[in-house]
Amino acid sequence: MNILVFLIPAALLLGLLGLAAFLWSLKSGQYDDLEGAAERILFDDDDDRPYQDRPDDDRPAS
Amino acid sequence: MSHAAEAMLDPTRPDPGLFVRDAPGGRAQLDLVVQDMHCAGCLRKVERGLYELPGVEYARANLSTKRVAVRWDPRKLKAGAIVARLAEVGFTAVPFDSRLASALDETEMKSLLRAMGVAGFAAANVMLVSVSVWSGLVTDMDETTRAFFHWVSALIALPAVAYAGQPFFRSALKALRAGTMNMDVPIALAVILATSMSLVQTIVNARHVYFDASVTLLFFLLIGRYLDMQARARACSAAQNLLGLRATAATVIGPDGAQRSVAVESIEPGMRLAIAAGARIPADGEILTGTSDIDTSLVTGESLPEAVKPGSAVYAGTLNVGAPLTMRVTKRDDDTLLAEIVRLMESAEQGRARYVRIADRAARFYSPAVHIMAFATMILWFWLGAHWETALTHAIAVLIITCPCALGLAVPVVQVVATGRLIRQGVFVKAADGLERLAQADTIVFDKTGTLTLGRPQLVNGDDIAPVDLALAVALARLSRHPLARALAEAGNGIAAMDLTDVNEVPGMGMEAQLGTAAIRLGNADFAGAHASTAQHAGPELWLRRGAGDPVCFRFADTLRPDARATIDALKRKGFAIELLSGDREPAVRAAAHALGVAEWRAAARPAEKIARLEELARAGRKVLMIGDGLNDAPALRAAHVSISPADAADVSQTAADFIFQGARLAPVIETIDVALKSRRLVFENFGLALAYNAVAVPLAVAGFVTPLVAAIAMSSSSITVIGNAMRLSRRKAAEARP
Repeated sequence: MNILVFLIPAALLLGLLGLAAFLWSLKSGQYDDLEGAAERILFDDDDDRPYQDRPDDDRPAS
Repeated sequence: MSHAAEAMLDPTRPDPGLFVRDAPGGRAQLDLVVQDMHCAGCLRKVERGLYELPGVEYARANLSTKRVAVRWDPRKLKAGAIVARLAEVGFTAVPFDSRLASALDETEMKSLLRAMGVAGFAAANVMLVSVSVWSGLVTDMDETTRAFFHWVSALIALPAVAYAGQPFFRSALKALRAGTMNMDVPIALAVILATSMSLVQTIVNARHVYFDASVTLLFFLLIGRYLDMQARARACSAAQNLLGLRATAATVIGPDGAQRSVAVESIEPGMRLAIAAGARIPADGEILTGTSDIDTSLVTGESLPEAVKPGSAVYAGTLNVGAPLTMRVTKRDDDTLLAEIVRLMESAEQGRARYVRIADRAARFYSPAVHIMAFATMILWFWLGAHWETALTHAIAVLIITCPCALGLAVPVVQVVATGRLIRQGVFVKAADGLERLAQADTIVFDKTGTLTLGRPQLVNGDDIAPVDLALAVALARLSRHPLARALAEAGNGIAAMDLTDVNEVPGMGMEAQLGTAAIRLGNADFAGAHASTAQHAGPELWLRRGAGDPVCFRFADTLRPDARATIDALKRKGFAIELLSGDREPAVRAAAHALGVAEWRAAARPAEKIARLEELARAGRKVLMIGDGLNDAPALRAAHVSISPADAADVSQTAADFIFQGARLAPVIETIDVALKSRRLVFENFGLALAYNAVAVPLAVAGFVTPLVAAIAMSSSSITVIGNAMRLSRRKAAEARP
C-alpha cells in the first residue's frame, strides 16, 4: 500500500492543477461572454492573438 | 421599428463624451450598447472598425450582453468619433452609463463561481478517496490505510468547506440575526455539523466520516445558486440596455446663447433648455418661447396631445410632438405631478415586501421539524441505552440526510429554466420572486394608453379619403418629422412620390407646398382654413387643402395592439377578472373597453386613484397583476401584487415592474402567466419529490442505517431527479415550437 503515498498526492496535484486552470480562466475573463466565444471560432484570421497583442503593422489596414 | 433604428433617428442622443471614464495610463474608456450585434460577422465588423481608428488600444464586443468596451488614447481621438465610426460600419451604438450596472455586480458572480470551482475540486477528490474507503470497508482495507484516507479527506474538505460554504453561512447568519428562518439555516447547520463530526471521527479513528457529503452538498447547492444568479443577471443587463438606449440628454442654452448637451441629472432650476421637435422634455418647467403640442400619454395616460404656449407648465417625461420650444427649468416643488408619483411610490413599497418566497415559507416549517427530529433521534438512542457518541452520530446522520439539497435546488433550477424560456420570448424577469407572485394572480388590471394600445397615432379613416388626396397628403407628410405626419406617411407606404415645390414647414401649424400652380396645405384645422370637425372624434386630426378646394380631414387615433382583443379573450377564458384603469378621458377609455369586451373600466384615474382601486381589490382578497407603462402607472405597478411593463414604458415604470416584455404584441403576457403557473407546479412537484425522498431516508437515518455511502447516493439521486423534473419546462416548449 506504500504506492498510495505517491498516488494520492499525484491525484491531488492533478486536481489542484485543474482548479488553478479554472481560477485562471475565470480571472482572465473567459466566462464573461459565452455566446461571443462560441461565435468567435468562426473568424478565419490566421493570427488568433487578440488585436491588442499584435504588432502594430499586423493590424488590418484601413 | 427596432430600438436601434429609433435611436439613430432621435436627434436628442446624449453626447458620448458625457459617459467616458478614466482608465489607467491616461486612457479613456467607454461602454457602448450595440443592440444589433447578432453573429460572428457583427463582432468582427465592430472590433475591426474600432481598431482601425487611430488611438484605439482595446475594443472588445460582448455578444451576451450586447455591449462593447473601448479603451483609447484621449489625445488622439474624441468619444464622438467612436460612435460615428460604428455608425459607418452599420451599427448604432449608444453610450452605456456604467452606473446603471450596479444592481448585480460582476464580482459577486465571480466569487460564486470561484466558490463553485473550489467545491467542485474538493467534491471530486474527496469522492475519489471516499469510494476507495467504501469499497475497502467490504474488502480488505486495513485500519491504517483507512485512517490515512480519512485524514486526506479532512485535509481537502476543511479548507474547501470554510471557503465555499461562506455564501450559505453568511446568509444563514443574516436570517438568524433578523430572527427568521431560511433554507440556508439548515444547510449551514448540516454542513458545519457534518464536517466537525467527521473531524472528530477521524481523530478517534472511527469507521465512517461524512466529508464527502458536506462538500458535494455545497457543490450542488452552489450550482443552483449560480444558475439562479446568472439568469437574473442576464435579464437585468438586458433591461439595463433598454434603459441605456433611451437615455436622453438635455440641450442647455447658455447666457450667451450657445447650446451644449448635458446629462439630464445635471440640470438645475433656472437653466434654459432647447427642446427639439420629437424630443422628450427632460425636466419640469415652463415654456419661454414657441407653441407646440405636448404628448403627455406616458405621464398621464391621456392619448390627446395638449397644446402649450409661452407660460404653460410642462412635465418631465412628456414628448414635444410639435415645433421646437425653449423652456426654463423650475424647481421641483411638492405639488408637481412627478413629486406626487414619487411620494406614492415610496408608500406603495410596503405591500410587496410582505411576500415571503415559497422556499422560505417551506423553510419555516422544514427547519424546525428537521432539528426537532434530529434531537429526538439522539434522545431515543440515548434512552435505548446507546453510548452518547453513537446517539450523537445518528442524530447528525438525520441532519445530513434531511439537508435540503434537493429543496435548495427545487426553486432555483425551475427559476432558471423559466427565465431562459421567457428571455427567448422577449420577456425579462426582473424580480427574483416575480414568477411566484405572478402564479398567484387572479385579477388583471390594464392601463390603456401604451399598454393595450400602441401609444402612437395611426390613420383611422384612410378608406373614406379619395386616393388622390391621400397620395398628395402622404407625399407632403413624408417631408415632415411630426408624429402625425409620420403616421400618415406610414399609412401611405408604397404611394408614389409627387413633384412638390416650395415646401415649407410652419412650426406648430403644418406644411405648405406648391403642386404645379395649386397651393397645398397640410396641417391643423386653422392652417388649412377648415372649421373644427363636425363629427365627434376622440383623437388628433390633420387637414389637407388643395388650392381653393374643400379641406379634407385625416383622423388619427391611438390604435389597440394587434392582438389586444385575442389576449383579453384568452385571459378571460383562463378565468382572470379583467379591469381597465386609465388616466385617459372617458370617451377614449369607453371605446377601448367596448372594443375589448371589458365590462369593468375606470377613466381619468389619477395615480392615487389607481392605487386606491388596487388596494380595494387587495382588501377583497384579490391578487392583482397590474400591466402598465406610464409614469402615472409607476406607483400602481409598485403597489400591485405583481406587475408587467412593456419595453417602451417610462423608465420609472420599468424599474418598478417585475417583468418587461418587448414587441408590439400582447401575447407575451399570456406566455409569462403560463410559464409562471407551470413553474409553480414544478416547484411544488419538486418539493413533493424531496419530501418523498425524505420519507424514505429519514426512518433509515433514525434507525442508524445511514452510512456515508447511503447519504451520497440518496443526495445525488434526489438532486438529479429534481433537476430533471425542472428541465421538463424547457422540453415542453421545444415540443410546442414544432407543431
